[in-house]
Amino acid sequence: MIKRASVVIIGGGVIGCSIAYNLAKLGCKDVVLFEKNSLSSGATGRCGAGIRQQFGTKMNCILARESIKIFENLSQELDYDIELNQGGYLILAYTEKEVNQFKKNVALERSLDIDARFISVDEAKEIVPPLNAEGILAATFCPTDGHANPFKTNFAYAEAAQRLGVKIYTFTEVKEIGTENNKIVAVKTDKEKILTPIVVNAAGGYSGTIGKMAGVDLPVYSQRHQILVTEPLDPLFRPMLMSFSRNFYCQQTPHGSILMGCGDPNEPKGYDIGTSWQFAREIAQKMTTIVPLLKEVSMIRQWAGLYNMSPDAQPILGEHPQVEGFYMAIGFSGHGFMLAPVTSKLIAELILEGKTSLPIDKLDIGRFERGELIIEPSVV
Amino acid sequence: MDDNVIICQCEDVTWGEIRQALEKGYTTLDEIKRVTRAGMGRCQGTTCRRIILREIAKFCHKSIEEVAIPTFRPPTKPVKLGTLAGDDDD
Repeated sequence: MIKRASVVIIGGGVIGCSIAYNLAKLGCKDVVLFEKNSLSSGATGRCGAGIRQQFGTKMNCILARESIKIFENLSQELDYDIELNQGGYLILAYTEKEVNQFKKNVALERSLDIDARFISVDEAKEIVPPLNAEGILAATFCPTDGHANPFKTNFAYAEAAQRLGVKIYTFTEVKEIGTENNKIVAVKTDKEKILTPIVVNAAGGYSGTIGKMAGVDLPVYSQRHQILVTEPLDPLFRPMLMSFSRNFYCQQTPHGSILMGCGDPNEPKGYDIGTSWQFAREIAQKMTTIVPLLKEVSMIRQWAGLYNMSPDAQPILGEHPQVEGFYMAIGFSGHGFMLAPVTSKLIAELILEGKTSLPIDKLDIGRFERGELIIEPSVV
Repeated sequence: MDDNVIICQCEDVTWGEIRQALEKGYTTLDEIKRVTRAGMGRCQGTTCRRIILREIAKFCHKSIEEVAIPTFRPPTKPVKLGTLAGDDDD
């Protein structure tokens, strides 16, 4: 193994691999990535795979919009079909509070050139004919939102990065991070030691552990989220169906299978990625009510993954103020996959050029101490 | 084995696709699943898992026992969502 690198990335999910690719694309020649398991074995390979631009803050809308723009050309850029499917997101409003919030969101989104619309229940039924409209007051729809294959996106970035010279070591676990005078100097794995002035923490659910190795407490925690998938079917509906107040998301993939998931407000913090029949029952009850013909459809698999949560459910990006050379792309709180293309580009710019083409300074770790949390109304 | 032989019948994955994944360096069942979808269909790998394990072992010059087996994910057999939701007579 090589002894020295300009940048060491920890984590072989879509965040780590896309940062590796963007660093190499900007000309950084000796980037090394360590993954303790296989690529896409953590949250990326377990995620719901949705990509949306419908958010309630200007910054999130802009980041998501730019991410979609990159997704739209990504298969070509990386020479790997990532199975992007822009069937839209149909977000359902079940309460007056949601109706009012969604009107505001759509006004904001449209002012930022995002093609979202506030629509009636009848229009929602036209977009998703099998929808049970009971209780739905209105909806928002953005046709350019959608879905991509997270495995393929992850492998596409990894392989493109390797073609540009990035060295990826899977089944290699980082054990220690060496610092001197509050500066990064080395990384020790279960195999060898490598000298480097820069470490990127892209360890998703395990980013807190990596922080401790660098001597800092990161305000993140992990939390299990569960999903199930059905057998493949002929096309039934195209958009992602989603509700914040009813707590679900559900989408048919281009492959034909239908993914569905929901959060559990009582889920403890931790690293459990086991599955529960209670989840399967709860989501089956919800989705067979909302799309009744799903009663006859079989579930074939269920699994779980970790959200890496931050105190305001927004990512933490940038260099740690106490450890020079320790960069973070963590705390995505369930939105890492959809934000990976834009975030990785910006982090690579920050590391190599010291500035970013879009502002991400509000997402620094210092915001928690300053009390400048980002209040995003449209997250689960 | 001929490249056109279908290894995973549920997801239509051929030996050629699996061979290419192996040659790219994806030498665990978990990785091959993620790259090719083999074992992710209706039968959840009950048909193809052993064949792929055997081929990984052969490719890596290991014994089958040394190849890591992926997590078992419920259910064992497909279950209708209506049954799961509890409003079915099954």
